[in-house]
Amino acid sequence: MFNRNYKEKTIESVLFSVSALTVVILFLICLFLFRDSLLLFKDTSLMDFLTGKFWYPTSVNRQFGLLPLFFGSLIVTAGAILFAVPLGIASAIYISEIAHPKVADALKPFIEILAGIPSVVFGFFGLVILVPVVQKMFNLPTGQTALTGSIMLGIMALPTIISISEDAISSVPSTLKQGSLALGATRWQTMYKVIVPAAISGISAAVMLGIGRAIGETMTLMMVTGNTAVIPAFPEGILSPVRTMTATIALEMGEVPQGSAHFHALFAVGTVLFIITFLINLIADSIKKRYRFKVD
Amino acid sequence: MVNNLKTYAVLTLVVIGLVFLGIGCTGNENSEGSSSVQETSSEGTSEAEAPAAEAQSIFLKGSDTVLPLAQAEAEEFIIEYPEKSVTVTGGGSGVGIAALIDGEVDIATASREMKAEEIEAAEANGITPVETTIAYDGITVIVNPENSVTELTFDQLRGIYNGSISNWKDVGGEDHDIVVISRDSSSGTYEYFKEEVLLEDEYRPDALTQPATGGIVSEVSQNANAIGYIGVAYLDDSVKALSLDAGEGFVAPSSENILSGEYPLARALYFYTDGEPSGLTKEFVDFVLSETGQSLVTEVGYFPVSQ
Repeated sequence: MFNRNYKEKTIESVLFSVSALTVVILFLICLFLFRDSLLLFKDTSLMDFLTGKFWYPTSVNRQFGLLPLFFGSLIVTAGAILFAVPLGIASAIYISEIAHPKVADALKPFIEILAGIPSVVFGFFGLVILVPVVQKMFNLPTGQTALTGSIMLGIMALPTIISISEDAISSVPSTLKQGSLALGATRWQTMYKVIVPAAISGISAAVMLGIGRAIGETMTLMMVTGNTAVIPAFPEGILSPVRTMTATIALEMGEVPQGSAHFHALFAVGTVLFIITFLINLIADSIKKRYRFKVD
Repeated sequence: MVNNLKTYAVLTLVVIGLVFLGIGCTGNENSEGSSSVQETSSEGTSEAEAPAAEAQSIFLKGSDTVLPLAQAEAEEFIIEYPEKSVTVTGGGSGVGIAALIDGEVDIATASREMKAEEIEAAEANGITPVETTIAYDGITVIVNPENSVTELTFDQLRGIYNGSISNWKDVGGEDHDIVVISRDSSSGTYEYFKEEVLLEDEYRPDALTQPATGGIVSEVSQNANAIGYIGVAYLDDSVKALSLDAGEGFVAPSSENILSGEYPLARALYFYTDGEPSGLTKEFVDFVLSETGQSLVTEVGYFPVSQ
């Protein structure tokens, strides 16, 4: 009896220390990130960083302006979401509501394999296949554009969006569906008036996670978007080259002298990314809570 | 559920089968073809393990340009002295030099000279950097084979890269916008080109930036209006190299012109060590400078140090 109690306590404390360790690690990473980025503001003002229009990290008159990178990330992510969300939700509805169970069983593993392909492979595919196609189709000087990045990113965000929305749709209580059908609604009406609204918390979470993945993606975008640190026009900027925040960090971290202003500027970009991802998670959480209340 | 598992199992087997098929087709060519060498960052490491008997090992880190050469040298060295071990990684000249300053590596490889502040930082850490030139590299300016332009002066090249010339017709080509491609700022080649060609100017802000030389070759070979610059070792038939004029007439990037110093964009590749090389480090440096080592330099696509 005593032995059992002892075992229980041990397991409990091991689990506690593991989770406590995670929190401590996260805290230390934040501390490290914030400390290194704050050092930038010794010689560049916060306003110059947040509203600067030029990113010239290695020039004599160096300028660390976040705007071109921020809008680069924004336009690529927005494009990816516009393309991936309708497709993703439609596939999720098809798999969970319309497809024959056998077809659904075959489709699901394929979608999950799509999520397992390394991003450098997507990038290479984009560079060799999609870039020339985009260039010819729109008759552009170069095919390395925000649009190319958006398409690749959309494809990469699809598995996340599909599998999580599919879970949400499948877990809608079947009583709701049967009730709707019993009242004389067609299958289509049931889907878009009952099932999708009931699953909206899960679907929103899926979309938010998709955005999170899109914002953080680096390798593919670095390979296909041209990495030009110029503020893109809206909306025609979708056809011009852009540089995202993550690509900037990856491109420049390699040879930046440690402790220099440029080094701290890259950390500051990282902090901005961290804050954006944090806000997206908060929003996803609040959407989830608000809608769950309605369904129950 | 059982059905689902089966699908997974079959699918996994199919994918694994395809992968092995792929490996079988390409594996042999990759290990010897020097043209397929890609510029890689720090992931592209080549580790050479020596038998445990006499644990003698050195560690090299630095320039992606030097990486294919350093790997080839290390492999050959280990074949000759199987009990010794040489580990090579890339990451960029600055990364290698920073590692040397911190005392983490035996040799830093670099495609540029150490900057004054880097030498200061090293000396503050009690490290005396000693430079050894191991090979020469030419930077070639490349365009699409369809482009009618075959030569540029330095002023024209500077104009194209700083943005004051933006149409091919201004340099004797057809009426098309120029698509300018550069390396990213962590590349030694980026800095070398900036110092030699752009002088005090900036790269035009809307130049496309590629993370690797492979990306530049790929874009130039697909895009009739593109211009880029690459290390001569990466030159192939899919792109066209331009002759350049730095004030003394047009010079083609041929091996004779680069070796004689006539071609204006040629640079040295370096090993940096802490003090004069000694022990295994000295053995390795001597090997690289030996006849065998220098013949590898030619094989990889660079130019040997004239003795």
